Amino acid sequence: MPLKKTQPPSDDKRWKLINAAMRRHGYHRSALIEVLHAVQDAFGFLEDEALEYVADNLTLPPSMVYGVATFYHFFTLKPKGEHACVICTGTACYIKGAGDIIDEIQDKFGVGPGETSQDGKFSLLTARCVGACSLAPAVVYDGEVAGHQTPEDVIKTIQEWFGNDT
Amino acid sequence: MIPDELNEMAEEHSQKQNSFAHRIHVCAAAGCRSSGGEKVASAFEDEIKERGQTEKIAVKRTGCMGLCAEGPMVIVYPDETIYGKVSPADVAEIIDSLDGSPVERLSLDSEMPFFSEQTQVVLENAGRTEPESLEDYIVAEGYSGLITAITEMTPDEVVNEMTKSGLRGRGGGGFPTGLKWSTVAKADGDKKYVVCNADEGDPGAFMDRSVLESDPHRIIEGMAIAAYAVGADHGYVYLRAEYPLAIERLKKAIRQAKRAGFLGTEICDTQFDFSIEIRLGAGAFVCGEETALMASIEGRRGQPRPRPPYPANYGLWGFPTLINNVETLGNVPTILRKGGEWFASIGTDDSKGTKVFALAGRIVNTGLVEVPMGITLREIIFDIGGGIPGGGNFKALQTGGPSGGCIPAQYLDMPVDYGSLAKVGSIMGSGGMIVMDDSSCMVDVAKYFMDFCRTESCGKCIPCRAGTPQMHKILTKITNGEATHRDLDILKDLCDLVENTSLCGLGQTSANPVKSTLKYFEEEYIAHIEQGECPAGVCKFKRTGEVINGCSS
Repeated sequence: MPLKKTQPPSDDKRWKLINAAMRRHGYHRSALIEVLHAVQDAFGFLEDEALEYVADNLTLPPSMVYGVATFYHFFTLKPKGEHACVICTGTACYIKGAGDIIDEIQDKFGVGPGETSQDGKFSLLTARCVGACSLAPAVVYDGEVAGHQTPEDVIKTIQEWFGNDT
Repeated sequence: MIPDELNEMAEEHSQKQNSFAHRIHVCAAAGCRSSGGEKVASAFEDEIKERGQTEKIAVKRTGCMGLCAEGPMVIVYPDETIYGKVSPADVAEIIDSLDGSPVERLSLDSEMPFFSEQTQVVLENAGRTEPESLEDYIVAEGYSGLITAITEMTPDEVVNEMTKSGLRGRGGGGFPTGLKWSTVAKADGDKKYVVCNADEGDPGAFMDRSVLESDPHRIIEGMAIAAYAVGADHGYVYLRAEYPLAIERLKKAIRQAKRAGFLGTEICDTQFDFSIEIRLGAGAFVCGEETALMASIEGRRGQPRPRPPYPANYGLWGFPTLINNVETLGNVPTILRKGGEWFASIGTDDSKGTKVFALAGRIVNTGLVEVPMGITLREIIFDIGGGIPGGGNFKALQTGGPSGGCIPAQYLDMPVDYGSLAKVGSIMGSGGMIVMDDSSCMVDVAKYFMDFCRTESCGKCIPCRAGTPQMHKILTKITNGEATHRDLDILKDLCDLVENTSLCGLGQTSANPVKSTLKYFEEEYIAHIEQGECPAGVCKFKRTGEVINGCSS
C-alpha cells in the first residue's frame, strides 16, 4: 500500500484528519466511504481537489470516487450555508404537513430543497426520515432535532438566523 | 472476563444502585432528547446537588421508555411512578414528592394499556438501564447468553437453539434465522463475517435506532453469539449516518466491551475471537438490500446484484457472510439466556416471539411498543395506541414503508403475523405503523411512496429505474385531476411489470403501495379521474373546470 503518495492540496490542518482516517483503514480501497465521511465532517462538503486527493491515496480511479460521492445522498459536492435546516419528509412527517413547511419556506425565502440562500446564511435540506416519527413533523436545525414543528416555527427560527433583517 | 468476575461486578454494581433511596430515570433517547429530556436530567442533577442529596437520590439517563408522545418521560424507582411531559420547572416538585405521594398532574397510569399490554424481549432493558453503562447491562444479565454459548455450548447447539426458537428475520423478509445461521455455519470459507444491518431506511420506522440508542450492548452480544455459531471472527455494523446518537453510543459500547474482554481475542478464556467495526451508510435506501449493503461496506456504490449466490455462501469479499437485522440480533441474547422453547411459546404458529412496532401518524400514543405476534391491529391501534386524536375516523394503516401497503378498517381484527399481513397485500416490514385518518388521500400517499422509490432507485435495472418515474408521472396526473381511465390501466400494467421484472426488493415491492390502495380505495382514484375531486381534500387540482382530453402535460 502506498504511503503518502501525494501531498495534501493545501497546508490546511484539516487534511491531517483525512490522512488519519485513511491510515486507520490501511489505505484500503474499501475505506472510501469512511474517508469521504471524514472529508465531509472536516470540510462540510466534498471539493473536487479532496476527491482527487482521496482517489490518489487509495489508488482508486477518480471516476470511481466521483461515482460513489454522487451515488449517496448524504454526500454533497456543494458548500452548505452557515446554518442548515433539514426538513424530515418521512411518511409520518409527510402526512402531518412537512410539505407545507417546505412550501412556506420556499415562498418566504425563495430557497428550495437542496438550495442555499444567496448570502450563504442557510441551506434548506430534506431528509428521507430522521427517525423522529413520533414527533412529526420533525425539523433538524443545525443538528438539533425539534418535534411538532409548524411552518411558523420554522420561519421564526430561520429569521433568527438572518438576525431578523428580512 | 470470566463468569465469576462478571457476577462480582454485577453484585457490586447492584448494591451501589440499591443504596439510593430513589432512582430517577430520565429518558435520554433521541425522541425525548428532542423534547428537552437532557435539560430535565441536568435540572434533576443540579437540584439534587443543591439539596445535598446526592447520596440518597440517583439520576440515570436511560434508553427509550416508548411513549414518545409524552416526552420527556421520567420514571422514579423503586416506586415505578411514571411521569410524562416533564419540564425543568417540575423538577423541584417531583423531588419534594419522593417520600410522599406522586405529583398527580404529571403522572401517567402505569396500568394504562400502553404499558400493561406489552411483552418486552428486545426492549426489556429500555428505560431501565443506562445505555452508556456496561455495568447496568451486566446487572440486567447481559453477556450471560454469550458466556453460556461460548463456554458451555458447541456452535451447532447454538444454531439449534435458534432453530428451536422459531425466530424469523425482523428486517422485513421474515426468513427463518436458524436456517440462515446453519447455512453460513456449513458454508466453506477461510474467513466468515457477521453483519448487522442497521440501515433502517423505511420512513416511519425507528425501532432499530431506538434499540441501538437504548441498549447497544445487546446488539454487540447478539453479534458475538452469531459469530460463534457460524464461525466468524469479524463483524460489521452498517449504520445510518443519520443517527448520530446511535453511532456515538454504539462506539462507546464497543470500546467498553473490548476493555471488559467481550470483544477481542480469546474471549472469556476460550478460543473464540471476535471484533466489530462500524461502517456508516450515506443515505441510500437501497443499501438495506443485503447485496447492496455489502457493496457499500466494500466501499462501492450501493447497487444490488442478482441472487444466488446468496451472501451466506458468497458475501463480503466473496466470503460466507451472515446478515441479520438489529432487532433480530436483539432477540438473540435473551433466547440464549431463556432458551429457544421459551421464545417459541410466545406468538403464533408461523410467527414466534414478539415484534417491536413504531407507532406514528394520526394516533394518540406515538412511540415504540413491543407486542407478542398474533395480537390484532385493533388492539395495537386503539388499546395500546389510544386511538385517533381529535375524534377522527380511522382510514388505513400503512405498514412496511415503501415496500408495504395500506390496510383498511375492515382488517382491523386481523392478527399481526407474517402470513396475515402478506395475505392482505402488505408486509410486516421492519415494523413502522403509520395510522391515517380521513385527512389523508390514498392516491397522494401512493404518490408519496412512488416518489420515494423513484428517487431511491439505484439505476441498475431498467424496470425499476424507468418504471418508477413512469408510475409516479401517472399518479401525479391523477392527483392533478388530469388523468383518464386509460392512465389507470397503464398504471396497473406497470405495477405488474415492475414487480415481476426488477432485480431487487426495492423495485419488486415498489408497486405495493399503489396496488394496495387501488385494491381497497379504488373509488378515490375514480373520484380524482371522473369528478376531478379529492375526497380527502389534499390534492390541489390544476384543472379549473375545463375538460382536458387525456393529454398529459
